[in-house]
Amino acid sequence: MGRLKKEELPGITREIRKGIIESVYNAKSGHPGGSLSCADILTVLYFYQMNINPENPDAKERDRFVLSKGHAAPALYSTLANRGFFDKSELINLRKIDSILQGHPDMNKIPGVDMTTGSLGQGLSIANGMAISSKLNKEGYRVYCLLGDGEIQEGQVWEAAMSAVHYKLDNLCIIVDNNNLQIDGKIDDVMSPYPIDKKFESFGFEVINIDGHNYDEIIKAFDVAKQIKGRPTAIIAKTIKGKGVSFMENQAGWHGKAPNEEQYLEALKELA
Amino acid sequence: MNLDIKIATRESYGKTVTKLGKDNKNIVVLDADLAAATKTEIFKKEFPDRFFDMGISEQDMIGTAAGLAACGKIPYASTFAVFATGRAYDQIRNSVCYPNLNVKICATHAGVTVGEDGATHQMLEDLSLMRTLPNMTVMCTSDDISTKWAVEEISKYKGPVYLRLCRLASPVIYDENQKFEIGKGVQIGDGEDATIFATGVVVSEAIKAQEILKEKGINVRVVDIHTIKPIDKELIIKCAKETDKIITIEDHSIIGGLGTAVCEVLSEEYPKKVIRMGVNDTFGKSANANVLLKYFKLTAEDIVEKLI
Repeated sequence: MGRLKKEELPGITREIRKGIIESVYNAKSGHPGGSLSCADILTVLYFYQMNINPENPDAKERDRFVLSKGHAAPALYSTLANRGFFDKSELINLRKIDSILQGHPDMNKIPGVDMTTGSLGQGLSIANGMAISSKLNKEGYRVYCLLGDGEIQEGQVWEAAMSAVHYKLDNLCIIVDNNNLQIDGKIDDVMSPYPIDKKFESFGFEVINIDGHNYDEIIKAFDVAKQIKGRPTAIIAKTIKGKGVSFMENQAGWHGKAPNEEQYLEALKELA
Repeated sequence: MNLDIKIATRESYGKTVTKLGKDNKNIVVLDADLAAATKTEIFKKEFPDRFFDMGISEQDMIGTAAGLAACGKIPYASTFAVFATGRAYDQIRNSVCYPNLNVKICATHAGVTVGEDGATHQMLEDLSLMRTLPNMTVMCTSDDISTKWAVEEISKYKGPVYLRLCRLASPVIYDENQKFEIGKGVQIGDGEDATIFATGVVVSEAIKAQEILKEKGINVRVVDIHTIKPIDKELIIKCAKETDKIITIEDHSIIGGLGTAVCEVLSEEYPKKVIRMGVNDTFGKSANANVLLKYFKLTAEDIVEKLI
């Protein structure tokens, strides 16, 4: 399967969202809210934007993706499974003892996972290292890194933001999944990182604000990022936590909780 | 051992990593604004394109090193031991050791021998912290020759390594032909009255003690444990069987480092009393390094006192 047509993307995202719900339901734990919020972005990356090949997941010249908000693992797993990196039937084994699908992504177990993540705030530094390596080897691949909006409360993110600009990593594109909620509540009530766009701008990033559920805007932002020279790009994607499942939308309570059977069936019905 | 030639292991590191960089283009070096002190500036001068000063941000440095390693580079990341292992512990744990990435953390200024900078800069818990991490190989070399070997050897070994280095210039112990192996201690002498297990900058003190004791008719052997993990179980058990007393000495807390590692081996395999010499559950102090070695009872004379 090569790059999809734009109009095929929404259907794929629906499948990815179903996979998220199925895996978290079967695991009886996991993080559905922040997985559902970034599903559209992951769809565009893996089915439209990135240069990757499920047949050759370790290809040297492939684009890299770092899920810095590692707890959105169900979204990444469902995306990779739908893209053909491993069998979709594995999704229901999330968090089980013999499964490759650990609670947070493990690069040594799962084909297509470029970096092990889970401890928040670390992904951007790693993406920087990958982007530097691409430049050193003149391999030309691009590096994408998805961060949570709560996650950017971690100080290391800003150390890394400084580095990305200092080393002129124009082959790096970060996306902030701005769903406005973290475990303890609204991000601006807990510890406001706003204005997110101005912060990255002041660090020297090219900043693009988008609706993180609008495919045209997501695609355009990635295309613009590719043209930027001499500095990295930060896409601030306004999203809805729990997107696609009405009773999960905009509810901090669904950050890290599995649906019961009734909720599971209801969610699948909504995503059908 | 040549007492007249003294070289700090950080110096041996800077020179060797630069030498390696000539042949191996995958070697990159990162530092956190301490290149002049860690001696990575030698590499920086030679290979500016493969040297990355990350500024005063150790967490970012370790993460960046992990990203470089994930793409096939062999990053050597350097700063003072206290910042490398303390400030960036979670990054080392989750972004280097858990994914088993090929990052070489070469940390200088370990122990009280940092000297005048005092307690905040004298790392006494790094061996302890690094030793508990799965996948991590932990090394602590004692002189110029063993450090040159270690810096080169770890470039051929795939996986995370912590190499503990010192600021203080110390005697050159070995000659150029000495053979080393990761995970294998070096036994110096075969006295049967005691074994002194030593690591890092105080190995030379142990050798001095060995000479003083010999004059007093006490024959001891010194074992340079340059690899703290994996520890040389076989040699530790052999020495415990062959010698009367066991002493460990390290410029590190007596908790969690060499002393603890030796006790772990012996308590399971060959229970025997172990005298642990090191910094006794306290922080360091400001003073000249040699004054501090005396203050913390880490000199040859202190070892001698324990054995007569």
